[in-house]
Amino acid sequence: MSMNNVGRPTRPEASNDDAGFASLSGGRGLLQDEPLIFELGGWTKTGVDLPDAVPADSALAGLTRDEPIGLPGLSEPEAVRHYVRLSQKNHAIDLALYPLGSCTMKHNPRLNEKMARLPGLSDIHPLQPQSTVQGAIELMDRLAHWLKTLTGMPAVALSPKAGAHGELCGLLAIRAAHEAAGNGHRKTVLAPTSAHGTNPATAAFCGYTVVEIAQTDDGRVDLADLESKLGDHVAAIMVTNPNTCGLFERDVVEIARLTHAAGAYFYCDGANFNAIVGRVRPGDLGVDAMHINLHKTFSTPHGGGGPGAGPVVLSEALAPFAPTPWVVHDDSGYRLVEEAVGPAAQAFGRMSAFHGQMGMYVRAYAYMLSHGADGLRQVAEDAVLNANYVKARLSDLMSPAFPEGPCMHEALFDDAWLEDTGVTTLDFAKAMIDEGFHPMTMYFPLVVHGAMLIEPTETESKAELDRFIDALRLLAEAAKAGETGRFKNAPHLAPLKRLDETLAARKPKLKWKPVAPAPLAAE
Amino acid sequence: MRYLPLTPEDRADMLGVIGAGSIDELFVDVPAVARRSEPVDLPHHAGEIEVERELLRLSRRNRSAAEGPFFVGAGAYRHHVPATVDHIIQRSEFLTSYTPYQPEIAQGTLQVLFEFQSQVAALTGMDVANASLYDGSTATAEAVMMAQRVTRKNKAVLSGGVHPQYVGAVETLAHAAGVATLRLPAAIDAEDAVIAAIDADTACVVVQTPNVFGTATDVTKIAEAAHAAGALLIVVTTEAVSYGLLKSPGAMGADIAVAEGQSIGNGLNFGGPYVGLFACKEKFVRQAPGRLCGETVDADGKRGFVLTLSTREQHIRRDKATSNICTNSGLCALAFSIHMSLLGEQGLRQLASLNHQKALATAKALAAIPGVEILTPRFFNEFAVRLPKDAAEVVETLAAHGVIAGVPYSRLEPGSGLDDVLLVATTETTLDTDITFFAKLLAGAVQ
Repeated sequence: MSMNNVGRPTRPEASNDDAGFASLSGGRGLLQDEPLIFELGGWTKTGVDLPDAVPADSALAGLTRDEPIGLPGLSEPEAVRHYVRLSQKNHAIDLALYPLGSCTMKHNPRLNEKMARLPGLSDIHPLQPQSTVQGAIELMDRLAHWLKTLTGMPAVALSPKAGAHGELCGLLAIRAAHEAAGNGHRKTVLAPTSAHGTNPATAAFCGYTVVEIAQTDDGRVDLADLESKLGDHVAAIMVTNPNTCGLFERDVVEIARLTHAAGAYFYCDGANFNAIVGRVRPGDLGVDAMHINLHKTFSTPHGGGGPGAGPVVLSEALAPFAPTPWVVHDDSGYRLVEEAVGPAAQAFGRMSAFHGQMGMYVRAYAYMLSHGADGLRQVAEDAVLNANYVKARLSDLMSPAFPEGPCMHEALFDDAWLEDTGVTTLDFAKAMIDEGFHPMTMYFPLVVHGAMLIEPTETESKAELDRFIDALRLLAEAAKAGETGRFKNAPHLAPLKRLDETLAARKPKLKWKPVAPAPLAAE
Repeated sequence: MRYLPLTPEDRADMLGVIGAGSIDELFVDVPAVARRSEPVDLPHHAGEIEVERELLRLSRRNRSAAEGPFFVGAGAYRHHVPATVDHIIQRSEFLTSYTPYQPEIAQGTLQVLFEFQSQVAALTGMDVANASLYDGSTATAEAVMMAQRVTRKNKAVLSGGVHPQYVGAVETLAHAAGVATLRLPAAIDAEDAVIAAIDADTACVVVQTPNVFGTATDVTKIAEAAHAAGALLIVVTTEAVSYGLLKSPGAMGADIAVAEGQSIGNGLNFGGPYVGLFACKEKFVRQAPGRLCGETVDADGKRGFVLTLSTREQHIRRDKATSNICTNSGLCALAFSIHMSLLGEQGLRQLASLNHQKALATAKALAAIPGVEILTPRFFNEFAVRLPKDAAEVVETLAAHGVIAGVPYSRLEPGSGLDDVLLVATTETTLDTDITFFAKLLAGAVQ
């Protein structure tokens, strides 16, 4: 017990009504307002101690920057305080359940962070001699082996830097394969309406026309529609499996067969691989290419929006077209093939400078080793179990979009249950913030009206799930009871109220600008 | 398993609530041919002790930059990062949060992004900057795609000083999008040569300063020539610390400035994750790729920040989006912004001067070796030298003696005929004794 008075513990005097309470200075207890770094007056400050540069003859005359740059500096204590205060305005998976469907917000093990900071893995340069980084290249080879084994695919391109980058990589390999076979005229990509936005964006970027595939009433690809749209003009289909409705594509083997029969490739969006890892190998389903978000299935941290990593596993047919670099090893050791020459001549190019997201490889590899083949299988099972538990416990109050049969790793609800309550999906989601949870994914997938996509992940305990479900049940009952005020202005208890996004877009203010000096007072 | 909270009793209870007899019933939709009853053929789970042992084994087979003299650059630079940076980026609220789609509970990340954009705009001398891209090379490729959208022309001209692996990344995207690329032959000091290659079909010219050979160039005339032909000028920088000493791309007329931001706040990490800086003129902002953070107010009128202009982005526009990018490089941008805040203008200028001085000292020491010629006329912290021998062989020889001498240009562009060219980079972490030892070994190796 802490003692605030001299030797005497304090106790609340009486229950008091805090409604309408305001501090005198505008402070709000532990929740600090924080100015921008540009408003802290540090124009001449620095938080680093560097030796003075000794003047020497330089050939840079005429090239130097003589005008002010306009950058503020902070001493170390000011910097620490600034960023710690800001950090406290964020929700985080370390704080509470973060049920963003399709995003897989699972626990990020700290061992992975520690390993990624070993000097032998972090303080090495992508272009130092390969003889001096044999362990790093071996790690890439080990990671590749795990990814290939888990997916049942013969090859992997490690270098894509995120899921969307992986999609691009996969489609470029497909395009190169078609061109090599004289099939460059295939210019259409088929994708379901429920696809992630990155799928059509990537396909369009590669010069493909995107045609949507219809969906059945039970949330899967409509085989008849797919078959009618396949043909000699189709380069590939892009199908997410498990799909964005949180359902396994039951007919996936037939989807692959039809696709291949039409001479097209099957690109699988692997964003939801976490639901099946260790239990199902995409290679057994007829997939030709699939990206794996290391920041989803293999727990590398999302970091407030990246960095991610999106290695792409490839079938035998596509493997020769994989981008450089890749790893080979023989008796003399490990080596990176960096140029598309000789045996690598069919490589379609490179996705970026250097070798990809090594820092993410280390974390993902540490995670794989920790779980092992048995643990990864348990990951998929617990992720699916948790989602079905959420679905089961909320189905009497909320309306599951696909009530029949089990879901995979995420539970999808529509907004039919909110009809006539005056509460929208958005309102409901914002009210979750007041209950201490991050909202679920809203209005996605597009095929479900007012969609609410809940992905709890396998790293939630039953107690936390129950706490979450109980809160949602209370909210659902409040919505049905007509307590619209609770929802319309939500969140009430966040650092800020709802923000004016329309204003932000209409008059974009994208950087700090100095306030113009006050005009001189008129005489 | 330490990352899985459910107990066997929990699992049984939950299956009961669901009404399923076993976990297998939840996987009933998986076709029988693909159901696996056993784990795949990989090792089983391991404790922290075993995992640490394996990763330590791999790490010890690498020679880290801190172990001794290290002169490797060519797009990634080993700078000292203050301890505060790594401490802050490991805070749960930054490390384990998602893209700030719910601004009411993501003001921490959003304000950081706004500050980051402001810093990048100031550094590049541009009107606006985005919230980061994957890295410098993909930012360059995205800039070329943006120039195509802005000008509705389909040709990009790249100088012979652009990093060859950046050229590779550009060519990959350009080929996909139907943009023709013309890359001039590798040249140490000929950024201006792009002027002669500009024609009416040119959407953009891409130049780099300091370029891959370290040469700093005033690109003002290139900007004028590009603009006269209705093309955009894209200025690439792979060493962001150079902004502290050299004229900004904006001051020289760039329409888009892109850079690798790794140098500030981020370690080498064997090539990634890094942070792509992307800045442009305000009139082009609606064609920009990636996320943008903007200022607004909340329902009470308090200042706040949100992701904005998202009608450009894939989750809204799908096949009409300006880019397929979903992720940015948030945590690396945070590291950049913290380090930049610690440096401030004064610290950045001092850091830049120090880097330049180290390069001057190193160049002086190497120039004194018979047969070694400094090729770069105006450099910041990196320069090219011509050796009387194959540069890759020399690098291997010196590595065996504990000095990582730099990057043989042939590694970046085999067949360019520059096998005798070595790229040498220095930073504030280069010690005077490193320079002396390097020069001594090099003198021996080129005898």
